[in-house]
Amino acid sequence: MRKSKFNRETFDRLIDALMPVFAALLAFAIGGVILALQGVNPLEAYKAMLVGAFGSKNGLADTFVKATPLLLVGLGIAIAFRGGVINIGAEGQLIMGALFTTWVGLQLGEQLPGAVVIMISLLAGAFMGGVWGAIPGYLKAQLNVNEILSTIMLNQIAIQFAYYLLRGPMIDPAELAAGTNIPHSARLPKSIDMPRFTDVARMMGVDQTAKDLGIQGYLGELYGVLTEPSRLHTGFIFAVIMAILVYIFLWRTTIGFRIRAVGLNRHASRYAGMNVKRTIILSMTLSGAFAGLAGAVEILGLHHRMFEPTAVSAGYGFTGIVAALFGKLHPLGIIPSSIIFGGLLVGGDKMQRAMQVPQVMITAVLGLIILFVVSTDYIVRKRQAKRIKPVASDETTQAESA
Amino acid sequence: MGELTAMAIIIGIIHSGIRLATPYLFAALGETISQRSGVLNLGTEGIMLMGAFFGFYVTFVTGNPWLGVTAAAFIGVLMGLFMAVVSVTFQAEQGISGIGLSLFGLGVSSMLFKTMLGTVEGVKGFSELQFCITGTFCLANIPVIGDIFFNHSILTYAAFLLVPIVTYVLNKTTWGLKVRAVGQNPEAADSLGVSVNKMRYAAVMLGSALAGIAGASLSISLLGIFQENMTNGIGYIAVALVYFGGWAPLGVMLGALLFSSVNALQLWVQVLSLPIPSDVAVMLPYLLTIVALAIPFRRSLQPAALTKPYERGEN
Repeated sequence: MRKSKFNRETFDRLIDALMPVFAALLAFAIGGVILALQGVNPLEAYKAMLVGAFGSKNGLADTFVKATPLLLVGLGIAIAFRGGVINIGAEGQLIMGALFTTWVGLQLGEQLPGAVVIMISLLAGAFMGGVWGAIPGYLKAQLNVNEILSTIMLNQIAIQFAYYLLRGPMIDPAELAAGTNIPHSARLPKSIDMPRFTDVARMMGVDQTAKDLGIQGYLGELYGVLTEPSRLHTGFIFAVIMAILVYIFLWRTTIGFRIRAVGLNRHASRYAGMNVKRTIILSMTLSGAFAGLAGAVEILGLHHRMFEPTAVSAGYGFTGIVAALFGKLHPLGIIPSSIIFGGLLVGGDKMQRAMQVPQVMITAVLGLIILFVVSTDYIVRKRQAKRIKPVASDETTQAESA
Repeated sequence: MGELTAMAIIIGIIHSGIRLATPYLFAALGETISQRSGVLNLGTEGIMLMGAFFGFYVTFVTGNPWLGVTAAAFIGVLMGLFMAVVSVTFQAEQGISGIGLSLFGLGVSSMLFKTMLGTVEGVKGFSELQFCITGTFCLANIPVIGDIFFNHSILTYAAFLLVPIVTYVLNKTTWGLKVRAVGQNPEAADSLGVSVNKMRYAAVMLGSALAGIAGASLSISLLGIFQENMTNGIGYIAVALVYFGGWAPLGVMLGALLFSSVNALQLWVQVLSLPIPSDVAVMLPYLLTIVALAIPFRRSLQPAALTKPYERGEN
């Protein structure tokens, strides 16, 4: 009797945990209907997407390249959410981070050892993103300005500010000399390129290819991702380390606990003597800092110069929201989630080439995933309420210790 | 001569300001209705894009811009229904669900444009009215006044006409009273037999119909073209305008005019190549919005139950 109840509960919790997956499947099903209406076989389209993103070493490398900013942005989104504020401003924070990283990188150049400059530039990006997050945080805490609206406005301001800098003070001198005036900065010195996976492999003395070692099939592709030349840079490893640190921060430190407490119940936290306003500002600042860090990593690891702000941010500020929600706002959950959505972005591109399906189809599916995932919260709540009723006290203590 | 051109420029700016206010007004008035019922509809951007596309497509196929506007309103209602299901019935976090709806609208409208039209250049939508009383005498030809106030598309007049209409509906009709009641105090409204969720569905869907028309006003009236992501943030501005205007149509109209005038000014700065960096000029309205949002007395005007889903017997 007791055993069967335990099973039932495990099953229920599993269903709850899998809700985002159901939501995503529903979104893809609807996307499939839209594809079918346009005369495209949805199964073939999705297969092209899946194979394109995860089937080969090139696809995998691109997937991890895109997962990197998604993971960092997603961590920031999750921190804000956990603190009870909504950050729609990751696009702007990412752009501001990327701008400042580029500026600092160009200023320091080769005066210091590359690794030191990389570190300083990363911090610079996090700092400026943090500033861009602190503004709406402060406005929210002190003047009760809706942070959703202020962050949306700050996105636009960041874009225009970037154009202003890239057309004026930060423009590549070569562009000025050539008279083409394309708004981008000079290339950063090669010494501060974040190392790519292939560089690391060579440093560790790995110089054999999969073929040399006789590794075949998918394993060979995986080996190739790690060792062969591609765009994949160590920013992904950095992002994963950050995710672990954010997990420790939120669940194992006092400040992290305070952020989550304020997010769960602002009034109770105030009664408990917490400084709610300061915590709100802190959550938004940290949230912005991670988006800024994403911008910094994109510049140092991938682009090596600042250019069109919306091409650098590339919608990561919004896709990052999806990644964070899909990862259940848990830092460790966002790791696989960002890989999935990185793959979706890459796969969408491959699908466009293979099946002539416009890539924007992915945007529509992402929108649906957001809509369905936020709807499942309600279903989960209802299901939990049903289960909790008879053993209310038991459940609350569990929730606290979790 | 110098004075004359200065005059012409000022008239030009005012004329563009009124003209460009059209999409802001439709969208923000729709959003006002929605927010007064307690639902923050951040999906306006996506609904506008869908309205812009379907309005454009139907006008292109039938040659009749009125059918285009109708189609835009209809798709707006459908998008509003989607928003209401997610935000009212499933009680989703409204700051997020709206972003989802906007991405959905952006994706679908862009995809349909690419696959269904692709190379279409433009349509002949609504033309400017001339207000001709007799064969030769037209109000539009009156100097200054004619240039500023007449000589606009019918949708522009409709948008401004909506200001008193929405004010009247919200403040003087039973329906409007119910909308405000469920936005202010849903428990009380419920106890008086008003179905909170039904009112919110109606308000969101009506507001979304206006958002759809807002998109169509852009594609078939102001510009006569459709482009991917052509709203470029107008939908989000419209949401902010509702806060800016203190949840009252008249205030919303003033905000919309302020915004469109700055936009018009910035267009003219570019046209005249004045020595002001246009990037900085474009920033201004957004900065202004943030400043306006920080004005403290607005808090008391905000519908008390805004963004709060209603569940019976929760408290």
